[in-house]
Amino acid sequence: MTDTTVSGNVLEHEEKKSLNSREFGFWVYLMTDAIIFALLFATYVVLSKNSAAGPTSKDVFELSHTAGETALLLLSSLTFGIATIAMTAGQTLRVVQWLLVTLLLGLGFLAMELIEFHGMIAQGAGPQVSGFLSAFFTLIGTHGLHVAFGVIGICVMIGQVLVKGLSLPVRSRLFRLGLFWHFLDIVWIGIFSVVYLPGVM
Amino acid sequence: MLGRLTVEAIPLYSWVAMGGALVTLGGGLAVFLLITYLRAWKVLWTDWMTSVDHKKIGIMYVVLALVMLVRGFVDALMMRAQQAIALNSEGYLPPEHFEQIFSSHGTIMIFFVAMPFLTGLINIIVPQQIGARDVAFPFLNSVSLWLTAAGAGLVLVSLVIGKFSTAGWTGYPPYSGIEYNPGVGVDYWIWALAVSGIGSTLSGINFIVTIVKNRCPGMTYMRMPLFTWTTLCISVLIAFAFPALTVVAVQLALDRTLGFHFFTNGDGGNMMMFANLLWIWGHPEVYILVLPAFGIFSEVVATFSRKRLFGYKSLVYATACIAILSFTVWLHHFFTMGSSANVNAVFGIATMIIAVPTGVKIFDWLFTMYRGRIEFHPAMVYTIGFMVTFVIGGVTGVLLALPPADYLMHNSTFLVAHFHNMLIPGALFGYFAGLNYWFPKAFGFKLNAKWGIRSFWFWLIGFYLAFMPLYVLGFMGMSRRMEHYADPNWQPYLIVAAIGALCVLCGIACIGIQLYVSAKNWGSARDVTGDPWNGRTLEWATSSPPAAYNFAIVPEVRDVDAFHDMKIQGTAYQSPLQYEDIVMPKSSGIGPILGALAFVLGFAMVWYIWWLAALCLVLCLVCAGVRACDDNSDFVIPASEVARLENARLAQITPADMHDMRDFMPRGAASGSVLQGRV
Repeated sequence: MTDTTVSGNVLEHEEKKSLNSREFGFWVYLMTDAIIFALLFATYVVLSKNSAAGPTSKDVFELSHTAGETALLLLSSLTFGIATIAMTAGQTLRVVQWLLVTLLLGLGFLAMELIEFHGMIAQGAGPQVSGFLSAFFTLIGTHGLHVAFGVIGICVMIGQVLVKGLSLPVRSRLFRLGLFWHFLDIVWIGIFSVVYLPGVM
Repeated sequence: MLGRLTVEAIPLYSWVAMGGALVTLGGGLAVFLLITYLRAWKVLWTDWMTSVDHKKIGIMYVVLALVMLVRGFVDALMMRAQQAIALNSEGYLPPEHFEQIFSSHGTIMIFFVAMPFLTGLINIIVPQQIGARDVAFPFLNSVSLWLTAAGAGLVLVSLVIGKFSTAGWTGYPPYSGIEYNPGVGVDYWIWALAVSGIGSTLSGINFIVTIVKNRCPGMTYMRMPLFTWTTLCISVLIAFAFPALTVVAVQLALDRTLGFHFFTNGDGGNMMMFANLLWIWGHPEVYILVLPAFGIFSEVVATFSRKRLFGYKSLVYATACIAILSFTVWLHHFFTMGSSANVNAVFGIATMIIAVPTGVKIFDWLFTMYRGRIEFHPAMVYTIGFMVTFVIGGVTGVLLALPPADYLMHNSTFLVAHFHNMLIPGALFGYFAGLNYWFPKAFGFKLNAKWGIRSFWFWLIGFYLAFMPLYVLGFMGMSRRMEHYADPNWQPYLIVAAIGALCVLCGIACIGIQLYVSAKNWGSARDVTGDPWNGRTLEWATSSPPAAYNFAIVPEVRDVDAFHDMKIQGTAYQSPLQYEDIVMPKSSGIGPILGALAFVLGFAMVWYIWWLAALCLVLCLVCAGVRACDDNSDFVIPASEVARLENARLAQITPADMHDMRDFMPRGAASGSVLQGRV
């Protein structure tokens, strides 16, 4: 009996240490991801004027649509923040509720982005047309792909919260997913100010 | 259904290529039969492939590196043979095959020899040097290994199914674009790099966290062994540089597969961007390969000079300086691309500045040896060979760093000679030194020194014979990568270079014999104490091979030379009053499964088998999801079991096995009498 409690304590201690490492490791991972985005931004800046014979940024960007996307994503960051606050307060149900809201906002963002992509391709402004559009679709698409992975992550975490409750590992995972989600927000702000705003100016 | 994969993928176009395919197939079949004959599949799977033990993962990395070294060296031998005979003739290799060979040689040597070799040594040693029981993320470590193996597998498969890239290991567009290279070769290159590159990135993250978070009490940053320091620096470099490789590989893949225009000739592409992005990764990569070797040399030189490392702090700062400066020089790989004179000058000067911290290191090692009691162990001999040879490469590097001189010598064999002169002594000799130095730690018995020394001399002489002529040929105007040539003045030099390659072949054979002889006589060279060389750092405090948990009791460190200090204090080999339960990670089959999926995914992308690629991607996500929900990945080794293992180990050690530390006792300045340790 005492043996199992002792080893239980050791396990718990080790778990805390390991979760602590994971959180730090996740920050490092986000830095590597930031490098990927930095280089995609650099590529875009180099190629943004190379529209060859195809449409230019002024022809294809629509600021009101982008504003809608931005609103959805920024709001989703806020709602994830509220979910995190609920998590610290230990309110399982509210965590799930706010995660669901975040999920919907994320899906809305993805839908708007797909509509934008579809519209551009239908206009004859697909990624195969010019260096500018290749760089545009790759940068925005990479961000969108990240959001899609984040959405899958939110689904998985909703399941985990419901099944396992707010256990220590679940909290840690939720915290890390939150970091990821806010990071994508920051990247989007970069996209908005480096891609869309100068593109229509 | 099978994309562009047809029967024509079998290499019937030349007998040499067919031979290569058959040798690869035969080798694979032989390994398969041997494992089946030994009935070792189950052991292999449960004890090795699914293991998340950093020592076993490290050993598997080194095995991968040695296998790929043979493959990469066969390429080198074939190139030397071709150039030795191809004066005004076609030689024995058709041009397209020759191009594949130099492309695969470079790719293999960088990605699948040097990277796994250094990652393997780091895996085996670094956790022990910092007094940790494992890396921060043992499962991720296994994923990294199997992604690297998947990349190596893609390169090997390209020999049997289809062709490898003909665009050189750097794959510059537009030649590597779909327009000029419509086959599968460049795609094999891209996906091998992308898959193994992700593995390397994960390793980098893993070791940053391991070193920052898992150090034992008392192990401050300025008490970390030099090898750990270089590992920390290169892990940061990996984390910041490898994403660039991922980006550039994916962009080229998008250009080739989906018709994007990143690097194309027209439609707004910009191929200079490829060179920039590739070398933003590529130059730090050079230091990723070289710095761990510097760490190994630092350990070896201190141990076998029987002295504390000279200028520990300056070595740490020099390492950090090199790591930072490595991000400021990438443009020197393409001075001739047409940047302005000022830009070239800035990068030229930055390049020359790197020579300064590197020079500091050389002097530190020399001063460590000065008045030391030097023992000519193979690891030490490799270190001395490195110091002499590497300086020559450094000098030619400073020469190439001058943009006007570079304009004359770029793309010539002078350049080829220069970077081999950096990487063979600067990286490979270091790994060989590490192999000889740490082999007993991994396996519990020492390597045969005689064959180690022989391998060194063959490698050293072979290196000089193979590459000094290339310096001369570069001045005589010979371009790199020539399949045949018309200048009869070149041939004598190329024949000498080919003889050098044969000499290196003997060096590799000696390493093989060394491993065989040592394994055969392992009983007579056993390492009972875990400390065969009177080592100074903490990895020698564990048993050889170490128990799964490395340290039964997490040690406490008071000195840079932690274990040396413990031996002088008499605190080494002491059993504690009480052992504790130890938590260790469970093995997991998901690592090798992810590796296999990544391999099939890469293969499917190369051959345009879209459904298979999509399937693999989904399965990868499922694996990641399954793992993300697993809360039960650790198990406990009870204290009684730890006590049994440790007592059995300590019972084997007799006082006669231990090193005599009396000579190392610090003495009072005036009297010369022994002082009671340092606190």
